[in-house]
Amino acid sequence: MEHDNKEATLETLQDIRSIMDRSARFLSLSGWSGIWAGVVALVGSYIAYGWMQQPDYKYMRASLSDGSLSYFDPFVFRIILLALSVFIIAFIGGYYFTYKKAKSQGLKLWNGASRQMLMQLFFPLLAGGIFTMFFIYYGSGIFVAPACLVFYGLALVGASKYTLSDIRYLGMLEVALGCFNLFFPGHGLYFWAAGFGLLHILYGAIMWNKYDK
Amino acid sequence: MSNPIGQLNKIFESRIRIGIMSALMVNDAVNFNDLKMLIDVTDGNLATHIKTLEDNGFLKVQKGFIGRKTNTLYSITKAGEKAFRAHLDALEKIIKGLS
Repeated sequence: MEHDNKEATLETLQDIRSIMDRSARFLSLSGWSGIWAGVVALVGSYIAYGWMQQPDYKYMRASLSDGSLSYFDPFVFRIILLALSVFIIAFIGGYYFTYKKAKSQGLKLWNGASRQMLMQLFFPLLAGGIFTMFFIYYGSGIFVAPACLVFYGLALVGASKYTLSDIRYLGMLEVALGCFNLFFPGHGLYFWAAGFGLLHILYGAIMWNKYDK
Repeated sequence: MSNPIGQLNKIFESRIRIGIMSALMVNDAVNFNDLKMLIDVTDGNLATHIKTLEDNGFLKVQKGFIGRKTNTLYSITKAGEKAFRAHLDALEKIIKGLS
């Protein structure tokens, strides 16, 4: 009799815990989303690296000037277009893998927790995007990669409250990497590739191993 | 020492009501559809249990609109939080007392 009581009580407590977790956090984030984003970022970095070996890459190292519009020349536009494409392809793939995981778990992708997560994610990203655009506009290309990494990292730290808590550490690593990049101006592409490529793949693999397998 | 089983709140004997309260404990407000998905119950069933909790003063209802669709939000009251915590404490005592 007493044993039954304990079993039932334990079951109730597990129910409570499960509902609290599922209602407050978006837990369907797939490890494959991270791996995909990382691979796309590495390919993008590789393409950008190739472009920068060509002779018309001289503007990024031009000394600061009056911040005239000349910095938005065709070469810079090509780089921006590449970066946007990388972001969109990474996002679509990431969405697809997470959608698949949510579906297999029988969960809805769009719920209170995922709404909160996206809000927390996009607000810092928007600020970061504006910062990055102005760094380019004023010819301060050396701050682009550090700003991308720091703002993205802070966005992840904020969003981690509403999803798998491990994301918090990924965010902190991105912020640290972005700050570290400031000591090595002009090497932003390597840091960008490490932060958005390698860290994503590493974290995606860890998440996959921990939650998806 | 009083028997912890006696401290359990009768209102929280239903799994569905426990589910509703659990979700409201960790969220500022939750809408009807999200609750339905979380607990996996029918509309009628969920509405009945929400009504019971509301009548007991454990949750409050805010009716709102998103465009033309009604969006009803539920949140926990101070009394509800207190009662649910007391219920959790009693559950914990049962586990500890019998282990």
